[in-house]
Amino acid sequence: MNYQIKISCSKENLKVIRDFVNTSLAELEVNDQESDVIVLAVDEVCANVIIHSCNCDINKNLELELKKEQENIVVKIKDSGLSYNPIEHKSTSLQEIVETKRKGGLGLMLVNRIMDKIEYRVEKTFNICTLYKHVSNFSIL
Amino acid sequence: MKITSSKTEDLFIVQIEGEVDASSSIDLDTVLDKALANNELKILVDCEKLSYISSAGLGVFMSYIQDINEKRIGFVLYNVTDKVHNVFRILGLDQLLNFEENKEKAIKKVNELSN
Repeated sequence: MNYQIKISCSKENLKVIRDFVNTSLAELEVNDQESDVIVLAVDEVCANVIIHSCNCDINKNLELELKKEQENIVVKIKDSGLSYNPIEHKSTSLQEIVETKRKGGLGLMLVNRIMDKIEYRVEKTFNICTLYKHVSNFSIL
Repeated sequence: MKITSSKTEDLFIVQIEGEVDASSSIDLDTVLDKALANNELKILVDCEKLSYISSAGLGVFMSYIQDINEKRIGFVLYNVTDKVHNVFRILGLDQLLNFEENKEKAIKKVNELSN
């Protein structure tokens, strides 16, 4: 089963994305605890795409595809905004964030802690970020 | 997200309801910024109805830690659900902020911290 959604790049749509991921994972019988963190990681990547890559331009779209491959949940996020490779992102320390009173910088830190693998590639005019998470305990019906 | 604040004697109480994400974290920031600008020294954050928080919300709390410590402000979050607390825990932020399980304990803690 393959779940897909295409939405415009507005911050208000983050809620739509979270609901979509949550519902899809429930259908795939992923337990609540694992589902909650996957929803969070996807929200973080999409927030970065919407705000930084697409500058909240509602004429731009973000496409999301979610599927289960063996025991992995695979989420592909595709956009046509500015390229930003999250893998090359140099993370700062919590101490530095506290001292500089920065409000950003935590999102990718969360994604890295939650997901098992992050891939990023540019294809023609699209940026594609793929997230992988091994899910051990698919809830039993 | 809905955010309300009230003042009872010297306690400044913020109640957050719903989801704090990249689109709504600015409202939380505005309330906390105002509280600190007004020199509130005992700030309680009721998270009972906070159903979700992303890094945008965590970032708001993080950005005030320095001021909270320097000004010896009592700042306590309470009634935090496991789901929300886990987000703080993933990054170790649960060690940088004060959490209490209920309002009574939060008031006790805030009084200790601000004295």
